[in-house]
Amino acid sequence: MANNVSHITEYRVLGKVLLVLMLMTFLTITVTSLDLGALSVTIALLIAGFKAFMVLSYFMHLKHESLLLRILVGFVFVLFALIVLITFIDYAYR
Amino acid sequence: MSEKHSHVEEHRDDEASKLGMWLFIFTELLLFGGLFLVYSIFRSEYHEAFHKSSLELSVTIGAINTIALLFSSMTIAMALTAMQKNNKKLALLMIGITLFMAVIFLVNKYFEWGHKFEMGLYPGSPLMPLLDRGYLLYFSLYFFMTGLHALHIIIGMILLFICLFKVKNGTINNKRYSLLENGALYWHLVDLIWIFLFPLMYLIS
Amino acid sequence: MTTETEKIKYVSYLDHEGKYNGIFAWIFATDHKRIALLYLYAIAAFFFVGVILGELMRIELSAQGETIMNAQTYNGVFTVHGVIMIFMVVIPGLSAVFGNFFLPILIGAKDVSFPKLNRLSWWIFMVGSVMAVASQFLRSGPPDTGWTFYAPYSTTTGTSVILATSAAFVLGFSSILTGLNFIVTIHRLRAPGMGFFNMPLFPWAIYATAWIQLLATPIVGITLVMLIAERLFGIGFFDPNLGGDPLLYQHLFWIYSHPAVYVMILPAMGVISEIIPTFCQRKIYGYKAIALSSLAIAGVGFLVWGHHMYTSGMSEQARWFFSLLTFIVAVPSAIKVFNWLATMYKGSIDIKPPFLYAVSFIFLFIIGGTTGLLLGSVATNIQVHDTAFVVAHFHYIIFGGMGFAFFAALHYWFPKIWGRMYDFKQATIGWAILFVGFNILYFPQFIIGFQGMPRRYFDYLPQFHTAQVISSIGGLILAIGLIVMVVTLVKGARKGAPAPANPWGGSTLEWQIPSPPSVENFDEEPIIKKNPYDYQ
Repeated sequence: MANNVSHITEYRVLGKVLLVLMLMTFLTITVTSLDLGALSVTIALLIAGFKAFMVLSYFMHLKHESLLLRILVGFVFVLFALIVLITFIDYAYR
Repeated sequence: MSEKHSHVEEHRDDEASKLGMWLFIFTELLLFGGLFLVYSIFRSEYHEAFHKSSLELSVTIGAINTIALLFSSMTIAMALTAMQKNNKKLALLMIGITLFMAVIFLVNKYFEWGHKFEMGLYPGSPLMPLLDRGYLLYFSLYFFMTGLHALHIIIGMILLFICLFKVKNGTINNKRYSLLENGALYWHLVDLIWIFLFPLMYLIS
Repeated sequence: MTTETEKIKYVSYLDHEGKYNGIFAWIFATDHKRIALLYLYAIAAFFFVGVILGELMRIELSAQGETIMNAQTYNGVFTVHGVIMIFMVVIPGLSAVFGNFFLPILIGAKDVSFPKLNRLSWWIFMVGSVMAVASQFLRSGPPDTGWTFYAPYSTTTGTSVILATSAAFVLGFSSILTGLNFIVTIHRLRAPGMGFFNMPLFPWAIYATAWIQLLATPIVGITLVMLIAERLFGIGFFDPNLGGDPLLYQHLFWIYSHPAVYVMILPAMGVISEIIPTFCQRKIYGYKAIALSSLAIAGVGFLVWGHHMYTSGMSEQARWFFSLLTFIVAVPSAIKVFNWLATMYKGSIDIKPPFLYAVSFIFLFIIGGTTGLLLGSVATNIQVHDTAFVVAHFHYIIFGGMGFAFFAALHYWFPKIWGRMYDFKQATIGWAILFVGFNILYFPQFIIGFQGMPRRYFDYLPQFHTAQVISSIGGLILAIGLIVMVVTLVKGARKGAPAPANPWGGSTLEWQIPSPPSVENFDEEPIIKKNPYDYQ
């Protein structure tokens, strides 16, 4: 089956996404330079998560891919998160 | 599924190739995931040491590298758009810029690592075992994770070079761009990993 | 669609002549059926090496003290036995052989989605296997850490750990690529009219297995690389002397190795789900439950790894969590067992060798599975952890389970693969000897394990002597059974009567095509039934 030219991401969309990503990067650097303790990590990771979401959705075209693929990607991240969480059940309580 | 009379050539399934590349990306995510898991455990155990060690890293260079990779992600996505719109020249230019950004990243990495080596910080150095545990672990993880990431940058570059040549000679075109699409996906993966690596290595306050 | 005048001349995949000649027609083959046989012959060879190592251990354990080897040698032997059996036989076994051969056929496809990648998978498998074998002969001696390579011993021992773990890494790559190939194949190449819920149950099992291979293997990959890095650079991830945590190694190792056991057992259960309906001439009971239970086992199986670590020093909360999840993961397995038995109830049972192996699978799996629950409960685990009880448990599950399912698949699909029949009487005798020998070998190990006999020990206290002798006799009987089985099958392949397309009255697609199949499997459009288990 040949390529389905169903959706082409426009240049300006890609440009806008880059702008957002750079903004987020700047934000991360600023926030982590402030002394917010444990909150810094959380915010940094949340922003990183958002950046990843943008890269996945627009650069990697997931927004316009099949539902199956989007579910699979989500599943992989959930699986990884569960593995980390469960491992911490050991370390947090030792 | 395919015609019985064509046994070779045009049994082409681009959706299958794309799914295959996404599945491979899953394996890479979990490969690095293992390292992120190790990082998070040791960070929680050696909080102070991780914080102090990360001060050795240059946030500026890290930020430049981050921007370079984000920018390269955009340019390779644009290369794909260009190819889909049959704009061969633009596609070639965009792939070229992507590769250039990758080189910038690697050059920066070379200087970063070189600086550490000069200080006696490298895996297996006589200095490392003398460090306090948290510091040893931080730098070990630093070299391991950024090293593995750099290896993937190189692999990605090889993939993109191949795409460059195939766009040039017309093997990749607006009717047949699966290889470029999948090569771009791989490149985005490299960017994705760095998106998490950067704050965790450089920005721990 | 072919007309009478365009009918494709039937050429068996065994006889087909393509681009290459001689041995190259095989090792460069991209035909999934040839690749399946390449895997089969390699894996059979490794299995027999593993068996010999096992028998050597049995001889050593037949008498107290040093019998034929010293402690260091024994450590090497059980390590190699484990590495070969786990990484080169049981993990790839059913998927690479029968998954490769029959997945495309069962879904009505001509081959897998990426035939050349399939060939690469086999090449990588052979490279990894050669590396694993080579690690036995380095001057530093074979690894003596156990196949689990626990740190900190594995990071400091002088034996050839690096080569062995590199071999495992390479073998992991093969597993990942096979899983990738099968997932895409099932998504993209099902024949028109075959939705997911019209697929037979073996493809369902392969699908669930493929996901585990894909997602779990990278984690052990990176863990082994960390192990190698620690040996080379003294990094200190796992060595407590360097500030590391040996438990972290165990977590990482078992995060893969527990799902890996589901890689072993899921295709086995898939095979049983194919054989039972055929030999009962009855639709499988609870098709959807069995299909979805495979996914459930795969999913939940990712979350139970800590039950290998109850005595390691994990937190109490962790032990509680893993125990709970372990009991939950047993449920979908039990569902399958109930459904198989329900299928047999009032079925028109035909007791042929494949059915014998399938039924004995169920028996042995139940023993292995329920002793798993005993191990899964924290309190009882403390008594039996690292004893012969564990050894008995996993041999019942892996050998009695996956192993017997492998033999079942061999006997079931033999006519299709080689186009010949084997002698039923001889096969039945082989099965009987195997089954008896197996139980005599492993059952006593439950008992002495409970009484305190440790695993991985080459010597033991006098009170365990009798049971060890009985076990060793069982091992001998088992070996005889294996020989009878192999001789029967080899004779059949060489001189057996030509096999019809459908010797068992099966309903799935492989029985609609000639035995052996032609190169592209379906020379005519296959008839896709809504219900794959449709017997008149």
